[in-house]
Formats: sequence, structure tokens, C-alpha cells
Amino acid sequence: MFAAAVIVFREVLEAAIVIGIIAAATRSVPARGRWLAAGLLAGLAGSALVAVFADAIGAMASGLGQELFNAGVLGIAVLMLAWHNIWMSSHGAALAAEARTVGGDIRDGRRSLSILLVVVGLAVLREGSETVLFLTGIAASEGSGSGPMLLGGLVGILAGAAVGYGLYAGLLRVPMRWFFGATGLLVLLLAAGMASQAALFLIQAALLPSLAAPLWDTSALLPVNSVLGMLLHSLVGYDPRPAGMQIVFYILALAAIAGGMGLANRPRRANLRKGTA
Amino acid sequence: MKRFLFLLTAISTGALAADPEFLLVIRDHRFQPAELTVPAGTRVKLRIENQDAAAEEFESYTLHREKIVPGKGSALIFIGPLSPGRYPFFGEFHEKTAEGVIIAK
Repeated sequence: MFAAAVIVFREVLEAAIVIGIIAAATRSVPARGRWLAAGLLAGLAGSALVAVFADAIGAMASGLGQELFNAGVLGIAVLMLAWHNIWMSSHGAALAAEARTVGGDIRDGRRSLSILLVVVGLAVLREGSETVLFLTGIAASEGSGSGPMLLGGLVGILAGAAVGYGLYAGLLRVPMRWFFGATGLLVLLLAAGMASQAALFLIQAALLPSLAAPLWDTSALLPVNSVLGMLLHSLVGYDPRPAGMQIVFYILALAAIAGGMGLANRPRRANLRKGTA
Repeated sequence: MKRFLFLLTAISTGALAADPEFLLVIRDHRFQPAELTVPAGTRVKLRIENQDAAAEEFESYTLHREKIVPGKGSALIFIGPLSPGRYPFFGEFHEKTAEGVIIAK
């Protein structure tokens, strides 16, 4: 039972952290709860579908379908997170100043939310399908002895959700002055970590060269199966044995999104300066 | 996008032809062979055949690989190029029995 709880916890944690950050980042947008719930439900439904068709997906692209699928899901999530962060750089200050503004801003806020709904759905989809495969495998093979294992799975899900909620509650305590900066930074690092993971899947499928693998090895110092290692892996993409290509993807994503945020922010700053002069 | 995927597939099938292939079988939540020797310094193709009904997740920290192998299904994983040494792996879903090591020489 304990083993099952740990396995499911590991799978759920990553999605829970994504949802926790996004729920906090969208705190000032009206009706976000419904959007997040819709993303979660769509992700769960998708997980079941992906689990059922795991064989077919895996067999696609001469046996490399799973890698292409995962890299694709991660790639879309990175684009959505990038879009959100860049959009927030130009509108975030207004949203923070007056949480309930006139129609236009709310409509814009909704558009940004629908993007984040997709990210939530994708995060649940990727981790959820593996959890479904694991749990149905137990139910199928252990027969009547599967009860405690499935109970362990439930414990794992609850523990993962608790971490996500803790992160969310903690972020809400950040003073408003730093709040959008903090969530923006978390989303930025989340996206960079996902880009690095996408690179790893493409390396595993032999579609990308690894360039120096591993580039360094900190697994003795901070193993990725330790609690802190797992948390940092989900939060900022920590990898104890990264391939050079993963670092290239990480830095490219980081630079591209930060650059976009800087550009989106510039006109507003210029206007402010003009206004005070 | 389709053309891009096609290109990727074309590149990968080109790579498939060149890399030496090795077979791992999962039966009763155990890997056979439990010790597999592969050449060092070149990329290697690993085919994993799961004869059990339950899905398994092939995982190795040192190889830096993780992949689901569906029940009664098979999966393909590229590893390396490895420097000579021992690289333990395990099945995450049945960690107690599903263990093995890849030896690169």
C-alpha cells in the first residue's frame, strides 16, 4: 500500500504544483474556479482515454509515439505559459490595481484563463494517464488483493493535492506588491523546466542529439527521488543528470519568455514616464 | 506541422537502421535478462516486450530514461552513448521484483 501511495504521489505531484501556481496566478480574474475545474475534468477524461489507447499511441511513429506525444503536450504547455506571462506583463498591473474593471479587461482576462485551462488540462493529462495505467494494472493483476494498493493510490492522490494546495495557499500570502512578480517568475521557471523535459523525450526518441550526457551529475548531492528533489523537479525543472540539449532548451525558453515579457512591459513603462513628466 | 512530424519520423527511421538493437522481456514482473551487456560509446536501441497483463514503467536514474510499457505490449527506447560502467534500471510499477542492470563495455 505504501509503495502504491508513493508511486501515485510522484505522478500527481507535478500536476498539483502546476494547478497550485496557476490557481494563484489567476486569483484576481473572476470565475476562475469554474475554468480550473473544467481544465481538471477535461484532463481526467483525457487521461482515461490516453490510458485506454496507450498501446496505439506507443506504436505510432515506429514505436516512438509516447515520446512524441509527451514532447508535444509539454511543448503546447510551454507556449501557453509563455503567452500567459507575456500577456500578464502588459495587463497584470491593471488587473492588480483594480480587480474588477470594465468589460474589456474582463474579456481579456477570460481569454488568458482559457489558455491556462488548457495548461491545467495538459498537466493532468500527462501525469494522469500514467496513474490510470498503474492503478488499472493493479486492479487487473492482483485481483482481490488489490484493495489496499488502490487505497494507497488514493492516499497518494490526496497527498499530492495537499502539496499543490499548500503551494497555492502560501502564494496567496505573498504581499500584493510582489505577488505578480512571484507568480510570473514561478510560471517562467515552470515553462523552462517543461521545455527541458520535452527535450529529454526527443533525445529518448533519438530525434535530438543529447550533446554531452550527462552534462553534470548532482544525483549524490540531491537525488531526484528525494522529497526536495521531486519538488524542485516539478517547480523549476531540477534534473540531477541533465543532457546538454536539455540545458539548451531550458535557457532558450527562459530567454525567449523573459524577452517577450520585457518587450510587452516596455510601452507601458514609457507611457508612465511620459505621464509623470 | 504534419510535414515537420514526417521529417522527424524520417530522421528517426534513419537512426533506427544504424543503432544496434537489444531485447528485454518483462515476465511475472521481472526483466529477462536481468543483466544486459551493450557496447559503450554508441547509441543503443532497446526493445522492451511486456508479456504481463499489467503495464510497467521502465525507469533508470543513471540512464536518465523513463517509459511506459503497456501490458501485453512493447516499447522502444534509445539509450547512450554510454561510457563503460553499470547502469541499474527497474520497473517503477513493480519495484520489488523488476530489477536489472545494463553493462556498457
